[in-house]
Amino acid sequence: MAGLKSPAVSRDIGVLHAGWSYASISDKISDLVLTRPVRWPWLAGFFGTFAGTLMFLGATGYLFAKGIGIWGVDIPVAWGFAIANFVWWIGIGHAGTFISAILLLLRQKWRTSINRFAEAMTLFAASMAGLFPILHLGRPWFFYWIAPYPDHMNVWPQWRSPLVWDFFAIATYLTVSLLFWYMGLVPDLATLRDRAHSRFKQLTYGLFALGWRGEARHWARFETAYLLLAGIATPLVVSVHSVVSLDFAIGNTPGYHSTIFPPYFVAGALFSGFAMVLTLAIPLRKAFGLYDFITDVHLDHAAKVLLATGAFVAYGYATEIFMAFYSGDRYEIAMTIDRWTGAYAPVYWTMMTFNVLVPQVLWFRRARRCVPLLFALSLVVNAGMWMERVTIVVQSLHKDFLPSSWGIFIPTMWDWIILAGSISTFAWLFLVFIRVLPAISISEMRLLARESVKEQAA
Amino acid sequence: MKNVWGLLAEFATADELVTAAKRVREAGYQRAEAYSPFHVDGLAEALGFERNRVPFFTFLGGLFGGIGGFYLQWYSAVVDYPVNIAGRPLDSWPMFVPVTFEMAVLGAAFAAVIAMFAASGLPQLRHPLFAAPEFDLATRNRFFLCLRVDDAAFDARRSRELLESLHPMRCVEVKA
Repeated sequence: MAGLKSPAVSRDIGVLHAGWSYASISDKISDLVLTRPVRWPWLAGFFGTFAGTLMFLGATGYLFAKGIGIWGVDIPVAWGFAIANFVWWIGIGHAGTFISAILLLLRQKWRTSINRFAEAMTLFAASMAGLFPILHLGRPWFFYWIAPYPDHMNVWPQWRSPLVWDFFAIATYLTVSLLFWYMGLVPDLATLRDRAHSRFKQLTYGLFALGWRGEARHWARFETAYLLLAGIATPLVVSVHSVVSLDFAIGNTPGYHSTIFPPYFVAGALFSGFAMVLTLAIPLRKAFGLYDFITDVHLDHAAKVLLATGAFVAYGYATEIFMAFYSGDRYEIAMTIDRWTGAYAPVYWTMMTFNVLVPQVLWFRRARRCVPLLFALSLVVNAGMWMERVTIVVQSLHKDFLPSSWGIFIPTMWDWIILAGSISTFAWLFLVFIRVLPAISISEMRLLARESVKEQAA
Repeated sequence: MKNVWGLLAEFATADELVTAAKRVREAGYQRAEAYSPFHVDGLAEALGFERNRVPFFTFLGGLFGGIGGFYLQWYSAVVDYPVNIAGRPLDSWPMFVPVTFEMAVLGAAFAAVIAMFAASGLPQLRHPLFAAPEFDLATRNRFFLCLRVDDAAFDARRSRELLESLHPMRCVEVKA
């Protein structure tokens, strides 16, 4: 009876539980946006993070008025939290496009129900990242000078500078991620348009759905374009954090000047990105009751990616240490020993514990299936990755070649406020997103339901 | 057949729609359209869809972005604003690779999305189908096949008979 005549009802394939039809999938996900009443936990989160967003804006205003002297940065540590936060956020922003592009090309079924909100996470994280280099400028109102445009000053960007590459990489990454995300949203926006009851919602979703009606030829082109975007986004994902790492690696500062940096940064980016996916997925599926779509299998797979990328990161740490001693370069050796024993040693050892030691519990299946543990671990990993960025940025700078130019960096209240503010703003954007757009791709879930039936029949 | 845009048949499953699409194609319909809530593999091909120009335009966009990105750097660094830094070559092309790559990706991505929408005639916010009964289910759980009046093979009576012979859930006229 299954297959030909009756409409498909999903079978349990691990990444999707049994009993879901096209209609019930569509209704479940779109009702989260269209009909679900606003409840107090969401409201509390919304207003709490909104307060944090206002604080972020206020602190930014104060920063623009007073200058970056309100932070702890000075010579020699001219790159403080702002740059560490930038690298951290852009790293978090890597998992979304990794999930939607690379896992699509690899035909991983578990990407289907997590790609939409992971892409949204990417957009918001990359937006936070993009702000920090601007906040960090002494004269932020001239930030556009890094873009090439014909101007009356007759100057052009310095194309041999990784900072210029960085601008292009981040801008391209944000734009392509947005295109990818929006394109995937169009059929779902059409679903919302057709299911909305209020005129306002029909109009708004209808405008953004661009008149999508699910014609077969449109779908064929859509599929081609989606695959092509995935194909070109794949090297893009890898390029972005590689370019970010070159901001450091091209400098000759001990602790920056290392050829392992590009792959090591990319691995770290995926590591923190998947941690953030877990941080968001676990409360999301609990709040919206999405246990049939975001199953324990998803969490298990994400945990395995965490374990694998964590191993790359650990390898990166080991290589840095090995190369410092193997090179025989006294400055590299001094820098490494200072990491172990110097002023920032507590940060370094906490980072090692959080990023290398603690994730090893994921070798055990029971740990990967223990949801509270995974949630706690994801927070630990993100904290650990932030400490890694701080170690690289701050510790390397504070003791360079000349003892006379050594100095210490101590973050001020404003450093912490702006870090907390960016986290709040990110969370606020995400909370808004889950109430106005489908957090899971509806059309791809329908396809998954169909495939689950076919798989059973085959 | 004035004021009619087409005949719309509704099906419950994707497989029925693919079968129906093949049948109307065999019956000589060139402009028949099918609508589904997700991408059904082989459906467009069953209706005679052959020329997918999205890959070509994506390639063109990537080429344009890459060449444009490189030219921008070469022109500004060599011709318009040459800066002599310890006698190093002005045309230091390996250093131009990252931006060239990013611009190629950007060009290809824009071209892919724009080509996809443009070739499909989107955005098109008004369409006769949106007024058809139950067509809102095309984005939920139902599968539709439409024989257009402007199709050379269209004939009011025979087209309806053909659709009825496919055992749709319902078959209605779409007003123009």
